[in-house]
Amino acid sequence: MEHPNKKYLRQGVLPHMFCPGCAAGQITNYFLYAVDQLGLDWDKLVAIGGVGCTSRAPAYLNTNAIHGIHGRNLPFATGIKLTNPELTVVILMGDGGTAAIGGNHLIQAARRNLDVTVLVNNNGSFAMTGGQVSPMTPKDATTSTTTRGNLEDNFDLCKLVEAAGGTYISRWTTAHPVQLINSIKKGIKHKGFSFIEVVGQCPTQYGRYVLGLRDPVSNLRWLKDNSITMKQAEEMDPEGKILVGDFVEKELPTLEERYIEMEQRMREAR
Amino acid sequence: MSTTGNQMSDTFQFILGNHAVAEGAVVAGCKFFAGYPITPASEIAERMSQRLPEAGGRFIQMEDELGSIYAIIGASLAGAKAMTATASAGFNYMQEGIGYAVATETPIVIVDVMRLRGAEQPTHADVMQARWSASGDHEMIVLAPSSVQELYDYTIEAFNLAEKYRNPVIVLSEMTLSLMREKIKVKRPEELDLFNRVRPTVPPEDFVPFEAGLDGVPPMAKFGDGYRVLYTLNPHDKRGMITGDLDVYDDLYKRITSKIRKDIDSIVIYEKYEMDDAEIAVVAYGSESRSAKEAVRRAREMGIKAGLLKLGTIWPFHDELIRGIAEQVDKIFVPEMNLGKYVGEVKRASDCLAEVISLPLNKGRIHTSDEILKAIKGDD
Repeated sequence: MEHPNKKYLRQGVLPHMFCPGCAAGQITNYFLYAVDQLGLDWDKLVAIGGVGCTSRAPAYLNTNAIHGIHGRNLPFATGIKLTNPELTVVILMGDGGTAAIGGNHLIQAARRNLDVTVLVNNNGSFAMTGGQVSPMTPKDATTSTTTRGNLEDNFDLCKLVEAAGGTYISRWTTAHPVQLINSIKKGIKHKGFSFIEVVGQCPTQYGRYVLGLRDPVSNLRWLKDNSITMKQAEEMDPEGKILVGDFVEKELPTLEERYIEMEQRMREAR
Repeated sequence: MSTTGNQMSDTFQFILGNHAVAEGAVVAGCKFFAGYPITPASEIAERMSQRLPEAGGRFIQMEDELGSIYAIIGASLAGAKAMTATASAGFNYMQEGIGYAVATETPIVIVDVMRLRGAEQPTHADVMQARWSASGDHEMIVLAPSSVQELYDYTIEAFNLAEKYRNPVIVLSEMTLSLMREKIKVKRPEELDLFNRVRPTVPPEDFVPFEAGLDGVPPMAKFGDGYRVLYTLNPHDKRGMITGDLDVYDDLYKRITSKIRKDIDSIVIYEKYEMDDAEIAVVAYGSESRSAKEAVRRAREMGIKAGLLKLGTIWPFHDELIRGIAEQVDKIFVPEMNLGKYVGEVKRASDCLAEVISLPLNKGRIHTSDEILKAIKGDD
């Protein structure tokens, strides 16, 4: 029997380059389940990746796709959406592209409430290049560029996007497939800047060197055991835990809507 | 000035150089502009922010030049003629994006108003950067206007070339040109000969997105039209699929560079002045060609057989054109507003058939005709 989502892959792309047990494969799969359940017009979807593990995913999909520049996913999306607001744009990227090299683009796209969905695989490191420290790596963690422990603090990406103006913000882990698929569906349907952080396992780098867990199953179990809901967080010390749930859900005009409204005003003034 | 629709109302306008770029872009059918403020290019963005919505296009001020270059690539992939404008310091940031546009064969227009590093005077210091700065293999089309009229005309031409060859095209302006006003003749719609990218006509299942005919330029789909193309920087085959096959890579960049080189005769704009019987030639581009022309005129008055080759298109470099001049004349003078850069190419192409003499001036101004004339007369 063929995998139900195989129809969404380009012919001849398999085998993919994700490591066995990588979160990027799971997230791609959950994204395709969401697309399938929503019955999205595949011709009107644009998937944008960049450089990195997760950012490779769009290259496997047989939809409109951009692959190729690290961290610049959101500027591509801005040009696409202003040219054709009817297109559904989904961005797949890692924590390096999102929080490091593309950080300013993230803030500005959220501020504009650009109508796109950003799906971030946060695996706490630059995995493709060999597990170097990322802005999402916890303090004291030992990575290939912090061999004596990470001196820097990480930060909460969801709070950053909330402060910048994102209108749908959610976090899950790869150990929450049902919630994550629902969240992706919500994000795609949401008019405005949707940001979904997925804390995902990397058995090859972060799992092996930071958590000391080499196999995918124990990595996933770790994610499950260390995740708490907002309700649970009220009753315990959330320090060191992964807070999951829908954090922000609000309706505000998107950049595209504001542009169209301005054009309407110009026509009326003529 | 009327700013309704796609056209200025009068045939002649007295207009700022940067505004002429914007007006040229609008009549060329530009529908998207993304930019980041920088002196002396900001008036292009300001004008576009006002004009594009009137002409059915959209404008955005991005967070930086990286944002700008990728936004225009995204817009172009979604079907719009798209442009950005910057100055030397900002142009630095755009190089990776230019490489991406080369690899994905995305038509875009970039205006780079050259200014001295860290100062606000004109220069030709970036004439090599425009050609070579993006990493990887590429052929670049670079137009170097010498007047406000040419800023307008060459911007239109830049869109036509970008659309025709699916390649980035750079309009290399200069600080003085961008901020001076001159009278220009604007084009009426019937005078325009616009080129729009060729669209695929086969059904999506038969479309091979990077397969080209004899012209070397594949038809280009747009996002949302059903062709579902993958665009990648990585080596890719004719279907657009990423490949590790380096023979495919080699073929890809042979095609991407030769699609331009094979058409060099029709791409390169140049003007010969008093060249028919010339024994001394001046080869000049940009605003230097104005004083060079005056110097040649004055030399002729003195009975010196001087002539001018004014290059409107400085890249791709037309070897045969320069070699032809070198075969004809004894000496070639190359005045430039830098330490002497383009002259190296002229020397190479001249192949020792004529003496090539560099006239560098790196002080933020063009040569006077006196200075060029003095060199022609051999007074040095």
